[in-house]
Parts: sequence; C-alpha cells; structure tokens
Amino acid sequence: MSTVIDLLAQVLIRNGLITAFAFVGLTVWLSYFISNRLTRGRIHGSAIAILLGLLLAYVGGVTTGGNQGLADIEILAGVGLLGGAMLRDFAIIATAFGVQLDEMRRAGACAIVSLFVGVLGSFVIGAVVAYAFGYSDAVSMTTIGAGAATYIVGPVTGTAIGASSEVVALSIAAGLVKSMLVMTGTPFVARYIGLNNPRSAMVYGGLMGTTSGVAGGLAATDPKLVPYGAMTATFYTGLGCLLGPSVVFVVIRAMIG
Amino acid sequence: MVIYGVSLLAGCMITGIFVGELLGKLIGVQANVGGVGIAMLLMILLADFLRKRDRLNPVSQQGVIFWSSIYIPVVVAMAAKQNVIAAVKGGPAALLAGALAVVVSCALVPLISRIGAGNIERHDEESVRGDR
Repeated sequence: MSTVIDLLAQVLIRNGLITAFAFVGLTVWLSYFISNRLTRGRIHGSAIAILLGLLLAYVGGVTTGGNQGLADIEILAGVGLLGGAMLRDFAIIATAFGVQLDEMRRAGACAIVSLFVGVLGSFVIGAVVAYAFGYSDAVSMTTIGAGAATYIVGPVTGTAIGASSEVVALSIAAGLVKSMLVMTGTPFVARYIGLNNPRSAMVYGGLMGTTSGVAGGLAATDPKLVPYGAMTATFYTGLGCLLGPSVVFVVIRAMIG
Repeated sequence: MVIYGVSLLAGCMITGIFVGELLGKLIGVQANVGGVGIAMLLMILLADFLRKRDRLNPVSQQGVIFWSSIYIPVVVAMAAKQNVIAAVKGGPAALLAGALAVVVSCALVPLISRIGAGNIERHDEESVRGDR
C-alpha cells in the first residue's frame, strides 16, 4: 500500500505544474460552492478562493517551517510556479487585451497623482508608526515606511540605507500585511469608495501599489477592473524604490536630526 | 492560430520587462521600473492596432483570452504561496503600519478619482447589481 502512495506522490511531484492546475481548480470549485451555498453568493467565490489560499499558505508555513506557504510542501511545489511572478505577470498582461484605450487616456492625470500620493503617504504612515513603536532613528523610520509601501520597496530601501535585519524583516511584514488586507478587503470596501469604473480602479492601483494585493482584490470585485488597477500598481514599486532611499530618507533625516 | 496570440503576449512581456530593467539601471534603482505596466501598454496598443486592421482573427485571440481568464486561479495560487507566517509574526508595529496604509489609501480613492474629471460616470446602478 505504501508503495502505491509513494508512486502517487512521485507522479504528483514530477508533474508539479499539472498537479497545481488540478489542485487550484479544486480549491476554486470548493470556494464557489461555499459562496453559493453558505453565503448565497453574497461573498464572491474568488474572494473566498483567495482567503482559502492564504489560509492554506498559513497551514503550509506551519507544517514545513518554510517561507513559501503551500509551495514548500513537496507534492504542491507546482503551486509556487503557477502563483510565481512569471505566470502571474503573463496572466496580468493578458488582461490588458480587454482594456479600452480611451478610458485609460482619460484617467491619466489622476493615475499619476495617485501614484505619488500613494507612495509618499505610505512612507509617512509607516514612519510615524515606527516612531510610535520606538524605532526613532531615520534609517529605521524610512525602512518601515518603505515596507508600508510594498514588501519589495521595504527591503530594497532598507538595504540601500543600511537598516538592521530586524527592521528589514519588520518592513517586509508590514508590506505583507498590506498586500493581504488589500487582497481580501477590496470587495468589501469597493462600494463605499466608488470602485466600480476603470478610472477609480487606476487610482486604487496607484494608491495601494501592491500588485498582488490589487490584482487579487480587484479580481474578487470585478475582473473587468483588474488590468486598470494592475497597470498603475506595477509602477508603484519602482517609484517607491526610487524615492525611498533618496528623497524620503533625506527628508526624514533632516526632520529627525 | 492560437500560438500567434500566445506569442504576441509573450513578446509584449519580454519587451516590457526588459525595458523595465533598463529603466531601473538607468535611474540606479535595484528594481524593475514598471516592466509589467509597459508590457500592458504595449499589449493595449498592439491589440488596438491589429484589431483595426483585422489582422488578429478570433482563433489567434483565443491565445490571449485563455491566459487572461486563467488569471484568477493564478492569483489563488499566488495567495497560497505567500509568507503568511512572517506577516503574522511581524507583531503590532508591522500590522499597524500595513493596516493604516491601506485604510488611509482607501479613503483617498474617491478624492483623487475626481481630479480632472468633469463628469465622473458613477455606475451606481451597476454597483448595486454587482453586490451579489
């Protein structure tokens, strides 16, 4: 019997990506089942699927002690490939196929404003929180502020200005919290902030900046909005990495002394 | 042929990410600057161009449409590989910094959406119907 199980495990491992397709399909099916039966469709199936994904990532992290969630479990390593940057970006770019050129042009100005407000606002909030928790030197405040932007801006900025590894870890955690909140919370706040047209989706992407969060959150809100939000969000991390170690750090250092 | 669509998509992605890397190097940042965004822009422009000239038949389009519809499962897989433990272990400082950034940004969405918009079309009816 155990040889049969071993054989099955081997097949699953050797065909990792295919296993992931089957596994994610089952997860999505289960989520839509829960959505229809338990919430009578009130909570969108893809929102539940994303929550379920995060929950599974937690389980994966606890059982393996790794940092890749479910993908650290050997037979589910393919989930890491399917959900990795390469295929994620490929699918995001494909969504641009349905974009209306005029809609984008009309929202151009507020998309750019939202990017700057989003990046600088996150730095300010993160830096203030850092100060409140006793991280009162300019390097730590800037790094944690960068983490409040995204979990990539955090370590990039921290490394550039020489933050301690504890502070860098904290900044990554802040970025992860943000990304997960956006992923799961977007469908619930969408109606209150007018998130139902391409224009506000572009602004949303520019303000939040976490590509994974925005893309996931919008997918659960209205898949038609995904390309608009994802488009601005992809510029956010670059802008954050540009402003963080330079302008923001210099300003915070001047203020703290 | 379906591969034409897939190939078009792949070409946009490689070009965009390459330009993003170049931009990053040029301005001295250790990150890809808007690579995916540039690829999306390319995709939008090319799709518009090819559609107008009728050079992309429905079968070729399937090559792109498949990937855009596989998007949500990819996001679910992405969620399943996040380092959730690290986020939880970050403690109150990380939680508060992340959460506050989200709350404040959310509040700003309606404000900034108004910039440069003479008449925002608020699809209120649609949003009510969309609240399943």
